[in-house]
Amino acid sequence: MANMAQAIRMALHYGESKLGVTDIFGEDVGAPLGGVFTATQGLKTAWNSPLDERGIVSTAIGLGLAGDRCVAEIQFCDYIFNTIDLLKMAGNTLWCSNGQYNMPIVLMTPVGAGIRGSVYHSHSFDAWATRLPGWKVVMPSTPLDAYGLMISAIKDPNPVLFLKPKALMRIKGEELIPGEPLEEKELKAMIDAPIGDRSKWKPRWPAVGEFEIPIGKGKITREGNDITVVTYGRHVLMCNKVADDLATAGISAEVIDLRSLYPYDWSMIRESVRKTGRVLFVNEDTEVTNFGEHLAYRVTQELFYELLARPRVLAGKNLPGIGLHPNLEEASVPHGHDIEVAIQEVMAEVP
Amino acid sequence: MARTVGKAVGKSPGKLPIKASGRSGKKASGKAAGARDRALGLLDKKLVLNMLDLMVKSRALEERLIKVYKTGDAYFWIGAPGEEAFGVPLGLLVDKGHGPAHDFLHLHYRGTPTLVAMGMPMIDSIRLIMNRATDSSTGGRNFANHYCFPKWNVVPVGSPIEVQYSMAVGTAMAQRRRKMKKEKAGVSIVTGGDAGSAEGDFASCMIWSSRPGAELPVYMTVQNNKWGISTNYDSQHGEKHVSDRGKAFGIRTNVVDGNDPIESYFAISQDLEYIRKNTKPVLTEFMVSRLYGHSSASGANRENGECPIERFEKRLVDSKYITTGFVKELWQQYDDESRDAAEKVRAEGVPTAESVWDHIYVGSENADWRKF
Ligand SMILES: Cc1ncc(C[n+]2csc(CCOP(=O)(O)OP(=O)(O)O)c2C)c(N)n1
Ligand SMILES: [Mg+2]
Repeated sequence: MANMAQAIRMALHYGESKLGVTDIFGEDVGAPLGGVFTATQGLKTAWNSPLDERGIVSTAIGLGLAGDRCVAEIQFCDYIFNTIDLLKMAGNTLWCSNGQYNMPIVLMTPVGAGIRGSVYHSHSFDAWATRLPGWKVVMPSTPLDAYGLMISAIKDPNPVLFLKPKALMRIKGEELIPGEPLEEKELKAMIDAPIGDRSKWKPRWPAVGEFEIPIGKGKITREGNDITVVTYGRHVLMCNKVADDLATAGISAEVIDLRSLYPYDWSMIRESVRKTGRVLFVNEDTEVTNFGEHLAYRVTQELFYELLARPRVLAGKNLPGIGLHPNLEEASVPHGHDIEVAIQEVMAEVP
Repeated sequence: MARTVGKAVGKSPGKLPIKASGRSGKKASGKAAGARDRALGLLDKKLVLNMLDLMVKSRALEERLIKVYKTGDAYFWIGAPGEEAFGVPLGLLVDKGHGPAHDFLHLHYRGTPTLVAMGMPMIDSIRLIMNRATDSSTGGRNFANHYCFPKWNVVPVGSPIEVQYSMAVGTAMAQRRRKMKKEKAGVSIVTGGDAGSAEGDFASCMIWSSRPGAELPVYMTVQNNKWGISTNYDSQHGEKHVSDRGKAFGIRTNVVDGNDPIESYFAISQDLEYIRKNTKPVLTEFMVSRLYGHSSASGANRENGECPIERFEKRLVDSKYITTGFVKELWQQYDDESRDAAEKVRAEGVPTAESVWDHIYVGSENADWRKF
């Protein structure tokens, strides 16, 4: 099965060959590297930009204003912060122009810790991203979802921020992408650039097909009755595992992979929390003014009398960065054990 | 060395200035160099040999860091093999000390040669790459080559490209203010790569340091290795040389063979002298090599490219300054030193989980909101 980098690559290929994408660009996005996580290898419209994040975002905005379709990349979200004013402008263009100018651009960027990336390759951007009205924000946890969300993002007439959980880029999926060859080796031989000289290399794209994950739709990855765990990105994998482990201990946890942060699947959260009466929101961005807090607030407002315990947010510690030594990284962002403890604490509350 | 603005010291591009002398202040001896290598003879022989010594020491250290990474004792390596002929002379010429009276160093992540030349013990660099609690630069928090030594005005090296250029404006402003009051003040020295010069911070530095009547003592250096990760210089730069951009601001600019420590030494010493005397910026571009690729992310394997140390060794052997046997011993000595240091570091303690809350605020107060 394809890994997430390959899935994104195939979606971008679909975008440039079927959906009119004219430019896929950013630092080291074009040949020979095809992106630091290889997500843009072999694409015919991929090119290397100057080392200038503001230039990347504003060029994307300009392409959008001109009516072209682009997918731009910020190499790591850690380096997106000096573009915040431009992101705000992309988000407010439709509104400020009284509905006259769409901003149909996709901006993708790897996020999160989990690869021993130290202070500047471990930042999260989800909480920040949800403070950019006008943008849709998505974050897949599987290759197939990455494929489907990228296609939806490209088709969407609004600016879409596609957050790539960098720790999952090499994780293989469990579901085939439409058109993907059955054999992993075959896919690799077709679309992975060779080590060494690549100057003559060209990918052989499988005939990948149309497949959309609608923006705004979550997915229940574990069904359960006792507690709802709402998460996204790499923490979906951790929460699934904890849910499996706790099942043997008699706790039945329902895990929701939000997939879209904005708009988010409120009806899925609502129905699940109504069923369980308990909810834990898990993500790794810093905890003070975290996106999970908004969701916890809404749960409190709309489902207060149906709750059996206080809604809880488990997020990254309120620290200025993620330290490189594992002792530091592990103390900074939620891991399986933290999730398990949090679930048990919420379960232990008596109304 | 092509000098484009300011006082021309060489008669024509490619010639070295005659007047410059070693930091020791001693007159150039010229004894051993012979007529064939006039430039070499212009520097004190002791200084020449010291430069070789430090270049080898810096490379041996970087190669140790790479080994430490490859044996799984570190998560990431980035560093400076190929930049020794620039970095070592710079380190020797810095006015080393704390506070605006001395030079500030706004380095990027290839600063090992400069710090080795300033006197950093190898073990400090190894503690950093191995994220030990004893790593004084970052306390085990940051990557290799992300140095910080306040006693020498080495401000924290950050990963975000190019911000060091705009931050240098601030330290240089503090230095200018003192200069205007006739107090002693140093220069704000910046290092960075070619690709990064596309960031706005590079332009900010040129603009802010060349304001008429408010010029700043900033030494903008660019180490041009022709690459930004996988992206070739020629595909991204309309300007022939990055340093050409300084001309529009009346900034004195140079392009230097940064693989030649003698040429680098002269260029840096004259640039610093000019800045110290005139309180004005200089922008000098050093053409250098990137010998182990960008970082461990691209494998950290030896790649093609001119090695400044091999070139210098050959030059010194040809000029009869040293023998090949001497060179071999030198490498052995520093290889041993680096191995011993790595062994020692391996046994040192690591940062604790609770230490994440340390130093967020002065005195570590108020860090965790659960506690107030
Ligand atoms: C603001 C920012 N964007 C992107 C990166 C990722 N990155 C790290 S090094 C690098 C290339 C730098 O090239 P150059 O400036 O020429 O310096 P060199 O590494 O060649 O010495 C990039 C893109 C970063 N560290 N900071
Ligand atoms: Mg470079």
